[in-house]
Amino acid sequence: MKLSREQVRHVAALAHLGLTEEEEARVQEQLSAILEAMEMLRELDTADVEPTSHAVSEVAGWREDDVRPSLLSEESLGNAPARVGTSFAVPRILE
Amino acid sequence: MELVDLSMLELSRKLTAREASSVEAVRASLARIGKLDARVKAFLRVDEEGALAAAAASDARRKSGAARGPLDGVPVALKDLFCTEGLATTAGSRILEGFVPPYDATAVRRLRQGGLPLLGKTNMDEFAMGSSTENSGYFASRNPWDLSRSPGGSSGGSAAAVSARMAFGALGTDTGGSIRQPAALTGTVGLKPTYGRVSRYGVVAFASSLDQVGPFARTVSDVAALLGILAGHDPCDATSSTHAVPDYLGTVEEGVKGLRLGMPREYFELQGLDGEVRAAVEAAARAFEKLGASLVPLSLPHTKYALATYYLVAPAEASSNLARYDGVRYGLRVPARGLREMYAGTRDRGFGAEVKRRILLGTYALSAGYYDAYYLKAQKVRTLIKQDFEAAWRQVDAVVSPTSPTPAFRIGEKVDDPLAMYANDVFTLPCNLAGLPGMSLPCGFTRSGLPIGLQILGKHFDEATVLRVGRAFERAHDFVRAPPLGEA
Repeated sequence: MKLSREQVRHVAALAHLGLTEEEEARVQEQLSAILEAMEMLRELDTADVEPTSHAVSEVAGWREDDVRPSLLSEESLGNAPARVGTSFAVPRILE
Repeated sequence: MELVDLSMLELSRKLTAREASSVEAVRASLARIGKLDARVKAFLRVDEEGALAAAAASDARRKSGAARGPLDGVPVALKDLFCTEGLATTAGSRILEGFVPPYDATAVRRLRQGGLPLLGKTNMDEFAMGSSTENSGYFASRNPWDLSRSPGGSSGGSAAAVSARMAFGALGTDTGGSIRQPAALTGTVGLKPTYGRVSRYGVVAFASSLDQVGPFARTVSDVAALLGILAGHDPCDATSSTHAVPDYLGTVEEGVKGLRLGMPREYFELQGLDGEVRAAVEAAARAFEKLGASLVPLSLPHTKYALATYYLVAPAEASSNLARYDGVRYGLRVPARGLREMYAGTRDRGFGAEVKRRILLGTYALSAGYYDAYYLKAQKVRTLIKQDFEAAWRQVDAVVSPTSPTPAFRIGEKVDDPLAMYANDVFTLPCNLAGLPGMSLPCGFTRSGLPIGLQILGKHFDEATVLRVGRAFERAHDFVRAPPLGEA
C-alpha cells in the first residue's frame, strides 16, 4: 500500500503532528514500506475469528465507592508549563 | 570477590550475617557507576543521596532485627519509564524533560516497602519504542560486552547496568521483548511476567494491552525474589490480576525432571537466525534432556504473522496513549498563538523520529476507512496466535527458543531501517500478543565473546515453571560472567 503525500498530511493532522517537508517525504516512504510488509495478514481468512483486545481477560472486580485521598491541586499543577491560579493556562481559543 | 560481583541473594545473606552493610553496597554500586558509566551510558540520572539514605535506613532496620524481607538493603536501578516521586522521569523523551512525578509507580512503592535502595533511572528507547536504546532522546547506551554494540532495548540501560555490575538488579518493561531481548544481548536474566501479574500504575503507558513490568538480575533466583516483591493485585490498575501469588523462590530449585518442553519449529527454522545462536539454544535443549525433561517438537503455525500483527496493534494503542503529550499539563510546551499550533509544535519538537513514525502508523491503522483492514484484522490474527499457544499447552509445560535471532548488533547498524530493527523482536512478540510469561537467560557465547540468550515461555500465571526451568539450566551450565570492561 503506497501512501500519498496527501494521506500523510491527513494522518499527521489527525495526530496533531507538525511535520517538516523533509519529514513528510521520509514518513511517506517508510510508512509505505511498513504497510506493504503488513499486507501479509490478508492471506489469512479471519471471517469467523473473534478479535482479541486483551490476551488475559479477567473481569475487573468491584470496589466500595468511598472517598480516598488524591493529589492536591498544587501537586497536580506542579509540572504545568503555564498556569493561572489553580488552572492550566493555554492559548485563547475564543476571541 | 568484590561486593558488586555478588548476586542479590548472596548480598542479602551477607547483609543478614552483618558481613556487609547496605550503605557499603550502595557505595560500591555508585563507585562502579562513577568508574564505568561514562563509557557504558546506562544511567540517565543517579540518585546518590536518595540511595544512601534508603541504605542507611535499611542498615538501621537490620541492626534492630526488623528487616523487611530478603532483599532489604539490596540496591537496584529503574528504567526511566517508572514514575518516582520527587525524582525526574522522562520515558527517554525530550517531551518529558524535567517532569517530576508527584507520586511513585506501584512497582516502585513495592520496592521501597521491601527496603531496596533505588540507585537511579536508566536509559531507554523513547517511550519504550525500540530495540537498541538508540531511540533515546538523550544518548545511546552501550553493550558492556562490546562498547561499539547496542545493549538492546527498549530497557537497554537497565540491562547494561546489571550486566556491568553497576546495579544488583533492575526493573524494566516489556511490550514486545523490551526486557528479554536486552537481557539476551547483555548476558543477564530478564523476566516478562504474565499480562496483569504486576501493576502498571505509574508506568508511562506505551501499548496498554501488551505492556508489562518485570525484573532484571544476574541469576534466575534473584529474578524470582524480585518477582515475589512486584507481583500482586493493585486496586490502582484495573488490569492487574487477583490471581494468588505463589512462593517463587520456594519452588525455583525443583528441577525439570518429567517436564515436557516444546521446541517450536517456526522459531528454529527462521531465516536470519544466526548459526551460533541456534547451536547454543539447541545445546541448551539437549542439556534439558540430560536433566530429565522431554523435548517435544511443536508447531506454532501463525508465528510468521506476529510481527505484522504487533506493529499494527502496538502503534495503534501508542497513538492513543501518546495523545496526552500536548504541552498543556506537563512536559515541553512550544508556545504558539493558537491551541492547535501549540499541540503540533510541541509534539513535533518533543518526539523523536521513531515515536512519530509509530504515532502516524497507529493513527492511520485506526482512521476511518482503514480500521477494519488494519487494526481489526490484526486483532483477529492476534486470536490465532493466542490459539497456537493454547494448543501447545495441551502438549507441553513450557516452550524453549532463542530470545533474539542474533547477538548484539553494532550501534548505527539498523537505526535507519525500521523493518530491520523490528525483525529483532520476532521471537519475543508472540508472547506479548498472547499475554504469556517469558524469560531470557544466558545460554552461551559466540566465538567473538557476545552473550546468547535462551527464551523460556510458560502458561498464563505459571511464572513458577518458567523460573524452575531457567534455574535448572543455570545450575547445570552457569554462564554468569562479568563483561570485559577492564578497570580503566
